[in-house]
Amino acid sequence: MARRPAGTLYRGKIGMWSWVLHRITGVGIYFFLLVHIMDTALVRVSPEAYNSVMAVYKTPIVGVAEIGLVAAILFHGFNGIRVILIDFWSKGSKYQNLMFWIVLGIFVVLMAAWVPRQLMHTFGA
Amino acid sequence: MSVVIEQPNQPRSRKNAQWEKRAWIFMRISGAVLLVMILGHLMVNLVLPERGVKSIDFAFVAGKWADPFWQVYDGIMLWLALIHGTNGMRTLVNDYAEREWVRKTLNIALWSVAAILLILGTLVITTFDPCIDPDVENYLPGVCKP
Repeated sequence: MARRPAGTLYRGKIGMWSWVLHRITGVGIYFFLLVHIMDTALVRVSPEAYNSVMAVYKTPIVGVAEIGLVAAILFHGFNGIRVILIDFWSKGSKYQNLMFWIVLGIFVVLMAAWVPRQLMHTFGA
Repeated sequence: MSVVIEQPNQPRSRKNAQWEKRAWIFMRISGAVLLVMILGHLMVNLVLPERGVKSIDFAFVAGKWADPFWQVYDGIMLWLALIHGTNGMRTLVNDYAEREWVRKTLNIALWSVAAILLILGTLVITTFDPCIDPDVENYLPGVCKP
């Protein structure tokens, strides 16, 4: 097999893996969005119907899964800004690597600020 | 199975190319707007309420949608997010579905689901009735019964 070219944004290393992660998180968020539109639609059925489905969101399993959802949203959103900058900023592709680490930094800070709160609400009284 | 590859030097039809370009631009504009709106959505629903996710119930939604601001906010978010998500899924289908009929079927399914949920979601937001339940006093004290 021929050697892969180095330095191509979407082949190998951070450029490719961030692209893979962007796709995986996007698919996950898409399916959550379908569920979320339908569960919210229950407000038009009855308060009981809506409250009973919201009770599911308040269970420990979904409370923890929601951390994964927010993680996916934060990565997809900030990496999306990185993609826009690669497309439109003249120095975008030069700094795409650095921008990935900035995305990861923002991700870590926001998750660190929010996850303990979510865990307290999920497992606390 | 043999895969038919288009002639690389054969340009797309002008109409097709325009559509793809607009979809590409839409993904970037809607993506940037959605990042801000969804962070706001998470902030208002998950972070700011004292009990986090446990604060959300019918009364919480009724309280928000009593303000047209949140109806418009959620409506814009619904349309942008679902179209953004559906177009993203279309990109994946076009990349990975090799058989033409599978690709076409999946794309039709994607846009059908999007159309149904856009209509459903828009109707839910615009026709929302906080007093839908006769016993709604339990949920919204003092709002529904004079």
